[in-house]
Amino acid sequence: MNAEYKDAREKFEAGVAKSLQKHKERKESFTTGGGLPLERFYGPDDIESIDYMKDIGFPGKYPFTRGVQPTMYRGRFWTMRQYAGFASAEESNERYRYLLSQGTTGLSVAFDLPTQIGYDSDDPMAQGECGKVGVAIDSLKDMEILFNQIPLDKVSTSMTINAPASVLLAMYICVGEKQGVPMDALSGTIQNDILKEYIARGTYIFPPKPSMRLITDIFEFCSANVPKWNTISISGYHIREAGSTAAQEVAFTLADGIAYVEAASKKGLDPNVFGERLSFFFNAHNDFLEEVAKFRAARRMWARIMKDRFGVTNPKAQMLRFHTQTGGSTLTAQQPENNIVRVTIQALSSVLGGTQSLHTNSMDEALALPSEKSVGIALKTQQIIAHESGVTNTVDPLAGGYVIESLTNGIEKKAFEYIGQIDDMGGMLTAIEKGYVQKHIQDAAYEYQRSVETKEAIVVGVNKFQVKEDRGSMKLLTVDASVGERQIAKLRQLKENRDNIAVSNALEEIRKAASGESQNLMPYIINAVKCYSTEGEICGVLREVFGEYTENIVL
Amino acid sequence: MDERKIRVVVAKPGLDGHDRGAKVVARALRDAGMEVVYTGLRQTPEQIVETVLQEDADAVGISILSGAHTFYFTKIISLLKEKDAGDVIVFGGGVIPENDIPGLIDAGAGAVFGPGTSTSVCVEWLEKAVAEKREKEQ
Repeated sequence: MNAEYKDAREKFEAGVAKSLQKHKERKESFTTGGGLPLERFYGPDDIESIDYMKDIGFPGKYPFTRGVQPTMYRGRFWTMRQYAGFASAEESNERYRYLLSQGTTGLSVAFDLPTQIGYDSDDPMAQGECGKVGVAIDSLKDMEILFNQIPLDKVSTSMTINAPASVLLAMYICVGEKQGVPMDALSGTIQNDILKEYIARGTYIFPPKPSMRLITDIFEFCSANVPKWNTISISGYHIREAGSTAAQEVAFTLADGIAYVEAASKKGLDPNVFGERLSFFFNAHNDFLEEVAKFRAARRMWARIMKDRFGVTNPKAQMLRFHTQTGGSTLTAQQPENNIVRVTIQALSSVLGGTQSLHTNSMDEALALPSEKSVGIALKTQQIIAHESGVTNTVDPLAGGYVIESLTNGIEKKAFEYIGQIDDMGGMLTAIEKGYVQKHIQDAAYEYQRSVETKEAIVVGVNKFQVKEDRGSMKLLTVDASVGERQIAKLRQLKENRDNIAVSNALEEIRKAASGESQNLMPYIINAVKCYSTEGEICGVLREVFGEYTENIVL
Repeated sequence: MDERKIRVVVAKPGLDGHDRGAKVVARALRDAGMEVVYTGLRQTPEQIVETVLQEDADAVGISILSGAHTFYFTKIISLLKEKDAGDVIVFGGGVIPENDIPGLIDAGAGAVFGPGTSTSVCVEWLEKAVAEKREKEQ
């Protein structure tokens, strides 16, 4: 940096220091929401050490800091994908068709908790939970209804399903077949990320080892048969919702990613091939600049990890492609309309961070599942950013900004420190087993709560600017209490009408294949799904063979 | 004034995996000097009541964000009564629509705290509720 600038900056700082004696700043020191130090201002000297070609590069080129495509949103917008599902397949199918009619460009299926944890609706463990946080799916029958009149060769579908991901993917493949859509024409994503379930989300079933096998079986099966399918969505979203900082979100997500790449490589799969189908899922919270920097840093870090650590040379397998959802935990039950504004800020950060798809939360989600009206506003928020804000007309517009590049470096540095610690412990599985990851997240969550209570952090309408309000009058979505009974009746009918001998044979085949280690389980699961074995039956067999995970409680 | 430490079970009933709130509240209650047992995820109502009895708890805090609150609150409260432990204070929080809260209170919940509640409000309420309960017992 030239001497003239340095001299000028020193003089300027001295001047400010003097005026501070009279006019104090609002705080002694400033940080990002995640606790990274934030200077009064950033100048050219702050990004002096950056080598443009090495650290930033061109859009669509390594290390992909500026995005994964050369033209980004000038070519086409991100996929507007609203996570939805409730009650039964019939009701959810209706909501999907509403969303498609409103211009949503991809589906995202929310399953209820029994489905996510491998229980049929008539299981005692499912009591009270059927159709509550998503749609209840017990068998291929329900899945056929869920996608009724939705052509699977025209939409891409993301499914938030983890422990029983193989079963739901098998059902999707079978629905495709019935519609005349071959496997290699299906596109979409399964979340299939068990590690973050142990860390933060809680819908695990099996212990880590067989869970990793199920995941890598899917990688292998899809590489050969469903080449357009994203076989995993390695998720920081829930880690962040559980309370982590932005840098921890990146660190723990990429550390999970490293564990999956290692597991698949160990099975003999080529990261240059399966690496193309790895996708990611991040959160977008309110601290706008830090969030933009986070997305850019994550992309650069993953490219470096794949290249340097795993020797990946295929650029498509070096790219971090990601879905974003705005931050559910940032929404307030107080003055819910304010959430529209929060969601806008968060969504904009993900667009400026180069997201491939986006879910915008609805304003009423701190109160209940979203109503149709509030989902509509959330989707329009994306359309306004896409069509009206102008930020989509040039690629990675904030690149080169002193503060953005400094924070991108800051997130990368901090996140690589965590990854280094995890490596030193022997990898992510050990770090989870020891409670290292959970402890860091909980400490950050507690620290945040404390800062809200001491008003170091202001949440409008919650600890400042409160108003008296009557929320009882707000129109919320309620799930019909009879869903459970209807599902149970459907199950009874299914079991009377299907070929039960075929079912028990198919389940026995799964048991045999699961007991050994050499067979890929996917074809067996597809076979069982096809003759209408239920999800609970298939997972039940796997539970018997694999055992169940028990939580390591860290407090 | 009864000097025994307040004993409280913080519970996650059902299949809901959202445990951030439960853990933050558990820590806040512990930092306020209470003895806290956190159950972990996936507890059946029977397991939760069993823990309450075993721990001889004054209160049980139920955290639920899956929408299954009415089922679990009423089930846990009726099981407590069955086990002759109807005096145990039941409170909770999570994503619970305002219109559902009166039903939970009628069923016997002492308080339901919504999102955005300060942990100190929770602590103060519980201290007061336990003091009243102990006074009645004497």
